[in-house]
Amino acid sequence: MASSSTLALIGNPNAGKSSLFNQLTGLRQKTGNFPGVTMDKKSGTCQLTPTTAITVVDLPGVYSIYPKSPDEQLVTDILANPSHPDYPDVAVVVLDASNLRRNMLLFTQIMDLHVPVVLALNMLDVAKQQQQEVNAVRLSMRLGVPVVRINARTGEGVDLVKKAVFQQLETPIVAETLFFDPDTDPVLADDIAAGKPGLLAETKAQYGLDNSYLALQYVIQHDGFTFLNRQQREGLDVLIANYQFSEPAFQVRETIRRYELIAGIITDAVTNNRPVGQPTWSQKLDRFLLHPIWGYVIFGLILLLIFQAIFAWATPFQDAIDEGIAWINGSLKDSLPPGPLSDLLTDGVIAGVGGILVFIPQIALLFLLVSLLEESGYMSRVMVLMDRIMRKFGLNGRSVVPLISGVACAVPAIMATRSIASQRDRLITILVTPLMSCSARLPIYTILIALVVPDRRVGGLFNLQGLALMSLYLLGLVSALVAAWVFKKVLKTKERSLFVMELPTFKMPRWNHVGLTVWESVRSFVWEAGRVILAISIILWVLASYGPGNQMEQAEARVRQQQQGKPMTDETANSIAAQRLEASYAGHFGHFIEPAIRPLGYDWKIGVALLASFAAREVFVGTMSTIYSLGAGNTEDNTTIRQRLQNERNPETGGPRYTPAVAWSLLVFYVFAMMCMSTIATTYRETKGWKWPMVQLGYMMVLAYVSALVTYQLLR
Amino acid sequence: MSNRTVADLKPGEKARIKSFSDQWASIKLLEMGCLPGEEICLHGKAPMGDPICLNVAGYCLSMRRAEAATILLEGE
Repeated sequence: MASSSTLALIGNPNAGKSSLFNQLTGLRQKTGNFPGVTMDKKSGTCQLTPTTAITVVDLPGVYSIYPKSPDEQLVTDILANPSHPDYPDVAVVVLDASNLRRNMLLFTQIMDLHVPVVLALNMLDVAKQQQQEVNAVRLSMRLGVPVVRINARTGEGVDLVKKAVFQQLETPIVAETLFFDPDTDPVLADDIAAGKPGLLAETKAQYGLDNSYLALQYVIQHDGFTFLNRQQREGLDVLIANYQFSEPAFQVRETIRRYELIAGIITDAVTNNRPVGQPTWSQKLDRFLLHPIWGYVIFGLILLLIFQAIFAWATPFQDAIDEGIAWINGSLKDSLPPGPLSDLLTDGVIAGVGGILVFIPQIALLFLLVSLLEESGYMSRVMVLMDRIMRKFGLNGRSVVPLISGVACAVPAIMATRSIASQRDRLITILVTPLMSCSARLPIYTILIALVVPDRRVGGLFNLQGLALMSLYLLGLVSALVAAWVFKKVLKTKERSLFVMELPTFKMPRWNHVGLTVWESVRSFVWEAGRVILAISIILWVLASYGPGNQMEQAEARVRQQQQGKPMTDETANSIAAQRLEASYAGHFGHFIEPAIRPLGYDWKIGVALLASFAAREVFVGTMSTIYSLGAGNTEDNTTIRQRLQNERNPETGGPRYTPAVAWSLLVFYVFAMMCMSTIATTYRETKGWKWPMVQLGYMMVLAYVSALVTYQLLR
Repeated sequence: MSNRTVADLKPGEKARIKSFSDQWASIKLLEMGCLPGEEICLHGKAPMGDPICLNVAGYCLSMRRAEAATILLEGE
């Protein structure tokens, strides 16, 4: 049955909205243990009764109805606009019972917008550990709304939530009076002596509103209300000027007044036996994790562990996949009748897609570790730990999450910048995040490092290849910081920024959430990247198998003529394949750009791979394997990509094509180059214009070319 | 002693909030539960003393020194 009504989940960050969302919908999504993980609204459907379904929308966590950063804006946009498509018929406000007073601030504001609400009291177990008891019945009586006790992690009480929502849907109960009536404020009240209506009464009359608190939101927040037209917004400016209304002063009075009213309810409904001043275990742990020395040591070790895991632990799995693909390809070639279609399947499709499947173990491990850091609550400690350093570079502590997520993928990382309140800090973070080495670069790094760095242990613990990999990630990080510092010098601002952030208590990671995060990221990597790679592999195979006119046939004939009379050897076959490739469309393409990339140490084959990977850098490895499997002729069918690259010779020197200088030049190029259409599109969306994506593309490409040039010329 | 701010607290020291010297910053601080009369405790400092971590209203709140300096404390 189609659902026409909407349920919104609202609450403070970390109150358990996303867990409840999963319990209600069964539709899985990521929830993190640091502020601002739900970046966009997520929706799913929930079966309230056998015949009634409802659309559930999970909104980003906020502390009040007044947004402080772009991600918080969404909540107000929906709740202040009853004609919004996501405007809820019922709002379930999730409250952290162990911190009820602060959570109640938002709740009373939502209530005053006259949305039918259900109060879901979560984390009662945590409250109980802290020797606090919450009396739900009393809370419900004092507030005049349904209150449900839940445990969003275990799913306890979810049926009661559904029942309460259903009842609110059938016969909505909304408090008749406002919890906090802004009209009682001396500045906003009607001036009875002068017979003049107050500001809110005037606003209600002019804008056809009947709720004073909604009218107040129009007055205070109209600049951000996209559903009002310019004339309507300017009309509100005039009203404010007429009444000489000071918004910040009023917000201070509102917050203090609400907390006074809440305090009365809390004393009635909460029994607090918590010993004052006794540090919780979470706080004891913080002393260690935020320690001037140990704090950084631990953070450094965690990062090192991540890189070690990606490189060393993933290797056996990768080798198995690599060998498996080579075997499939080899046996297909043996069993299929020779012809263009079999070639397309083996050299084009399997070679291209196989080049990507190899990296699943690394990507899965990376996402596993990053999501464990997020889930446990350690990530917000990292923000505190890094704020001071980040500020020197024009970033702030909250930039750490985008930068670390950037190691996985720049697209969600750039979206995560919405939690940064300062516009300039946010813009700089967006501009430099793609310099962090994302998982799509990992395949390129791995292959090239394996070619030129010996697989040896140093100091008994660390693998030399692992260290080389880490140095590339560090290069990305350092360049991101330097670029941020330059942008800080260029972009001047008078805007003030705040860094006031809750440190959530440490929690055991929810393993199902961690597992889903890993599954989702691997699935989207294989599916999203795989489709692009499949398409490009096929196009590339066509371009490499056909050439203008009969040039390819002529090239083959030339080789045969030289070899005339001699029996067909492997060498001859290889030579024919190489000559044919060079005469193909792809070969012409590569030769065309060769002058531009020769100073970097690249030949036309690498040129083809560079061009093919312009839209998505992960295509590089697939392209290389397609090119080299075509160029390798019919011999050694079941070699891996790595072996093919190793066997590639430089015709000028006779030595290996991939010398350390060439490999490092390519590595440095890929550290800096902005070769990702999805990132450009995301920057465009988040900065609302073409200016910044173009700036980003330009500076990163120049940086990549110059650095690769310097690297090659120095190492040559 | 009456002009002390949260930025002057030593680790482990407790005090009561008196008022705020910056209205704009105070909106966010109030929303986060830093109310006049509320007891707070400096629970830790990040390396280099900035940002700081406070215990307020039963949870842990971190802020920069610059923001902490806008929270005035009650005198002894």
